[in-house]
Amino acid sequence: MSRGVSEDVVAMWEGLASRDAASRDAAMESLQQEMMRRVESIGPLPETPCSSSASHLNRVLARILMLSKRCPYGDVREKCIWLLRSIQDIGVRIPRPLGNGPSRFIPEKEILQVSKVDARTQSIFEEAFSLGHLDNISLVMGFHPQYLESFLRTQHYLLQMDGPLSLHYRHYIGIMAAARHQCSYLVNLHVNDFLQVGGDPKWLNGLEGAPQKLQALGELNKILAHRPWLLTKTHIESLLKAEENSWSLAELIHAVVLLTHYHSLASFTFGCGITPDIHTDGGHTFRPPSLSGYCVCDIANGNGALEEMLGNQQVRVAEVSGEVEVLMERMKQLQECRDEEEASQEEMTTRFEREKTESMLVATAEDEECVPSRDVSRHFEDPSYGYQDFSRRGEHVPTFRVQDYSWEDHGFSLVNRLYPDVGQLLDEKFQIAYNLTYNTMATHQGVDTSMLRRAIWNYIHCMFGIRYDDYDYGEINELLDRSFKVYIKTMVCSPEKTTKRMYESFWRQFQHSEKVHVNLLLMEARMQAELLYALRAITRYMT
Amino acid sequence: MEKMACVSTVSSRTMFCHLDAPANAISVCRDATQVVVAGRNIFKIYAMEEDGFVERLNLRVGRKPSLNFSCADVMWHQMEENLLATAATNGAVVTWNLARPCRNKQEHLFTEHKRTVNKVCFHPTEVHMLLSGSQDGFMKCFDLRKKESVSTFSGQSESVRDVQFSMKDYFTFAASFENGNVQLWDIRRPDRYERMFTAHTGPVFCCDWHPEDRGWLATGGRDKMVKVWDMTTNRAKEIYCVQTIASVARVKWRPERRWHLATCSMMVDHNIYVWDVRRPFIPFATFEEHKDVTTGIVWSHQHDPYVLLSGSKDSTLYQHIFKDASRPVDRANPEGLCFGLFGDLAFAAKESLMTGEAGRKPYPAGDRRYPIFFFKKPDVTEQFAQVASALSVFESEADGSSRMDWFIKTARRYLLSGKPFAELCDHNAKVAKELNRPQVSTTWTMLRIMFSDPGNPALPANHNMSKLGNIPLMNSFNLKEMSSALNERNKENRQDNLHNLETNLNNDENEETEGSDGQAEYLFGDAELDDDDLYSMEHENQAEEAEFSLPQEAFPLRHEIVDHPSAPEPPAEKPESPQVSGSEAESFCLTPMESISLISVSQLLYQPQLPPSFFCPVVREMLDYYAEQGDVQMAVSVLIVLGDRIRKEIDELTQEHWYMSYIDLLQRFELWNVSNEVIKLSTCSAITCLNQASTTLHINCSNCKRPMSNKGWICDRCHQCASVCAVCHHVVKGLFVWCQGCSHGGHLEHVMEWLKSSNHCPAGCGHLCEYT
Repeated sequence: MSRGVSEDVVAMWEGLASRDAASRDAAMESLQQEMMRRVESIGPLPETPCSSSASHLNRVLARILMLSKRCPYGDVREKCIWLLRSIQDIGVRIPRPLGNGPSRFIPEKEILQVSKVDARTQSIFEEAFSLGHLDNISLVMGFHPQYLESFLRTQHYLLQMDGPLSLHYRHYIGIMAAARHQCSYLVNLHVNDFLQVGGDPKWLNGLEGAPQKLQALGELNKILAHRPWLLTKTHIESLLKAEENSWSLAELIHAVVLLTHYHSLASFTFGCGITPDIHTDGGHTFRPPSLSGYCVCDIANGNGALEEMLGNQQVRVAEVSGEVEVLMERMKQLQECRDEEEASQEEMTTRFEREKTESMLVATAEDEECVPSRDVSRHFEDPSYGYQDFSRRGEHVPTFRVQDYSWEDHGFSLVNRLYPDVGQLLDEKFQIAYNLTYNTMATHQGVDTSMLRRAIWNYIHCMFGIRYDDYDYGEINELLDRSFKVYIKTMVCSPEKTTKRMYESFWRQFQHSEKVHVNLLLMEARMQAELLYALRAITRYMT
Repeated sequence: MEKMACVSTVSSRTMFCHLDAPANAISVCRDATQVVVAGRNIFKIYAMEEDGFVERLNLRVGRKPSLNFSCADVMWHQMEENLLATAATNGAVVTWNLARPCRNKQEHLFTEHKRTVNKVCFHPTEVHMLLSGSQDGFMKCFDLRKKESVSTFSGQSESVRDVQFSMKDYFTFAASFENGNVQLWDIRRPDRYERMFTAHTGPVFCCDWHPEDRGWLATGGRDKMVKVWDMTTNRAKEIYCVQTIASVARVKWRPERRWHLATCSMMVDHNIYVWDVRRPFIPFATFEEHKDVTTGIVWSHQHDPYVLLSGSKDSTLYQHIFKDASRPVDRANPEGLCFGLFGDLAFAAKESLMTGEAGRKPYPAGDRRYPIFFFKKPDVTEQFAQVASALSVFESEADGSSRMDWFIKTARRYLLSGKPFAELCDHNAKVAKELNRPQVSTTWTMLRIMFSDPGNPALPANHNMSKLGNIPLMNSFNLKEMSSALNERNKENRQDNLHNLETNLNNDENEETEGSDGQAEYLFGDAELDDDDLYSMEHENQAEEAEFSLPQEAFPLRHEIVDHPSAPEPPAEKPESPQVSGSEAESFCLTPMESISLISVSQLLYQPQLPPSFFCPVVREMLDYYAEQGDVQMAVSVLIVLGDRIRKEIDELTQEHWYMSYIDLLQRFELWNVSNEVIKLSTCSAITCLNQASTTLHINCSNCKRPMSNKGWICDRCHQCASVCAVCHHVVKGLFVWCQGCSHGGHLEHVMEWLKSSNHCPAGCGHLCEYT
């Protein structure tokens, strides 16, 4: 019986995401009836909130709350608000969203409201919503609709469309990758999806519960996430030649793309301080609002809504005014004098090496309170997986010459050969991320930001030991100040340690959309760096 | 293969030498005696001698060689034998003079490019002119007598991958770009390109001018294609296209062989191929020596087509001799086999294999063993193995088993939506029955019974069916609860069913010939009749309700039915006809179906508001079975008709796969309407979007002939109503039909009407319009 009902419910939720207004109406109608029926059957103010029907009701209420905020359709939002209110009038406690919008770092009012977006973003949101992907990540990326579209298309292709791996494998690999960085947000998201596509809940108890084949991937996951330069063809060989548990090349490529995608997405999630979605655990509360009700994390980071009220932000901005101008001046200088003083080759090499070593020494956040990881992600923290300290002194990262193995020439061809269409999608995504510009810097219009973007991109690759022969790494020192480097380094190498303070301390005059833009660059550069190492190892294996 | 007389004296055998490091590019001097190899960590000159390569000079000097030595490309001047140029990965363009007395042969250093230089190219006839193309999107022309570039060409797009001076036109050069474009430039006009066209999707890695044919340009790209363009016409015209198996890194025309070119790949594939562009499906020759990707290929001498040099990432330098090349065509089987849409089979094979073979059936319409398109005059210049093949076509017989008539008829006549579920099933069952497909027909009937909605009794045309259609089918496993209700309902039911049975019998008498179909109804009439009792029989062990005794009439009836199918089989059938196999399968699958229907019917009396998801696993198996058998039509039709009842049981990918197969089949049979209906009714997002693509229709205003940009009926330029009906002079807001000859038209029905009585255009333009 319950199964039949739950199927109806699924259809109803789907109806709410329909582009057709009539079917949304109908679904809303049945949702109202269903809710009223249930609420009345439970009666006002249930004394035992732990009863299963009550907790089920709470879940549904949370979902309605989510709809009232996040649904791209105005009619549904309004009706959901109305519905919640009428349920509250009956005397049932209704939830309210926790935290301040989709991101802990960015004030909710700065982020695009689903109700106030241009037609293009609206249609992207609608599409994402109907596929069930309109999560907080997408909302934050909504600053850059052009990129968001490409991102969602790629992600949808990787997770849902034709590919060598079965659906539950894909989600499980996503969980593995996100768990590597203790990104509970992504882990939770994919645990749900994993169960929905029929994954075995036993696997979720830890990697030991998963099939041998997936366990073998753990090593690759670990290396890729923290020290991709250590990847050799023997790693690949051990995956491909494991008798009954061996991977095929196509499956491996798919897995590698998924792993890198989720490693870098974890970076983005932490880098932008993405909060749990409203309808998931930790995204809402039934407690009445009070001062003590702020998210633990906010307090831990020394940042709550309180601080904003005090107008700290304004004070800081005043302090550092002129930062943008200085940066622009430097860019101009670099542009002009690059022809005159030509550093010697030795000097260039030294600069790269210095940048590389320095990047390792850039201290990541010292033991600041990090977001408590959830049970699920702890399960994946196999003890042998211990985080390998990347910034240990004296460790030598070999140099990878991008001229010898580049994404455009080599990586693309390999991916496209083994996993058709994905090469194209990724290529598009990298290009959009790399070339995205609005020619603005903070309040200044008509600025050519290509130099800055290139510096950021190359700095990240530099941290992974990837060198561009034709780049003068001295530029990085000129353009990226220390607090920015700290942020980049933390976000790319140990994203779980990113804090709101770091986010705020770099580029203080810049707008949030620009900081999100930086995050996109970081994420894509990191993904490409990991991919390059992985694909090079696979190419070496093949030859 | 005979030796060419004009070849220089160097040895002609395949040989190789180990380099110290991977090579990025190679180039030979004009007299083909020396070759330069350049790479990130190597820059050496080797002499080609009788017994192998001999290292002549190491240009990489200094204790800590700078990045200027890290070469992406190298070129030896074809007129000045002491002059070389390299493109460095750090953006430097360097020239080297071998005549310099000291160890360091570097002559000029140009550091004007901001990014990696991908290519350098000397002018073929002008001694001092050097061209470079870089990642920064610029091409620069250097005069070697000056310290800096004389002109800069901006491609206005992404990186330049290759630049090549034309062999024949003094001023022209071609540049290929990462975004897929190729540009032609005049060296005297640095302000803009002469011509640009898109040659490939994705980067164009290389291009090469034909050494003899003015205006022929070969390009190779990441999209795995080699294309030959004719530039002599106004628009660059693609005249040949060769599809390779990996991205094309280099392409070089073969000297003295007008149609031949050599290619190598950047990834995965290590071989060098020589293609005859007229025979694009199989390489003319292959060199398979390298163990890693080949990075540079060059023909040793501009008049010697037999010696090819290559450098590779595997740190070897090879001299390939043509006679040692492998010829893939020798190993290829010139055979082909293809099934036609209507079950015809065409088979082509080497003539020698086919002659004398008995039982071959020649193509019926005259001697068509060599159709025109296939027969090709041997071309002496081609040097390609000539193969004569014989083509045989086996036509399926008109009434043969592989005919697809049933498919078309079924597709046309099936109803998939627009009526109540039960009616759809009945209709489709009837269609299947008329097409003599009893198993399919029976399946439809069963589906109707299993899934009919009790709250919504359908009104089928057949009275007999209406009774069955009312059966509510519910799943509940509570046996205890049944008992009381059963006793009361039993009596009514039995009477109903008896009545039913009579109708059935009458019915059967009327359609004696269709026995195999009527039998299915019997089965269910029977099942319903004895529902409770049979149920208890099935579950004898658990069911404690002893009062359910078996009514006498149940058994005889059932046996009669089970025997039924074989008897009225049409006698004309051939043993291997599908009908027989169908009915075999049918009688086979009747048994499991039967028991299911029994269970289900027995449950009908309780909780009639529950959905019949109980059957879903069985139906899913059934659909899988049909799809496996190749009858994807049935699978998709059932999927659509059942809709939500079954959809969630089948995973999305399978559904999508079925839909795709069925739509593909429909389109092959040109059943566009049906295919569109299926697309519309499908619920997979990947399918429904199929008919959402390119739905925009661009129209021009009929008055001012400008494109209509706004959405209304009035052109915003001339402010008149566009699309006026030529007959009634009103604006057409629905279907608009127009003559493609004179572009007048109007309401569909008006134009039809008009053209019944007149041949001329209703607008009076004098055009003789036709309506078909």
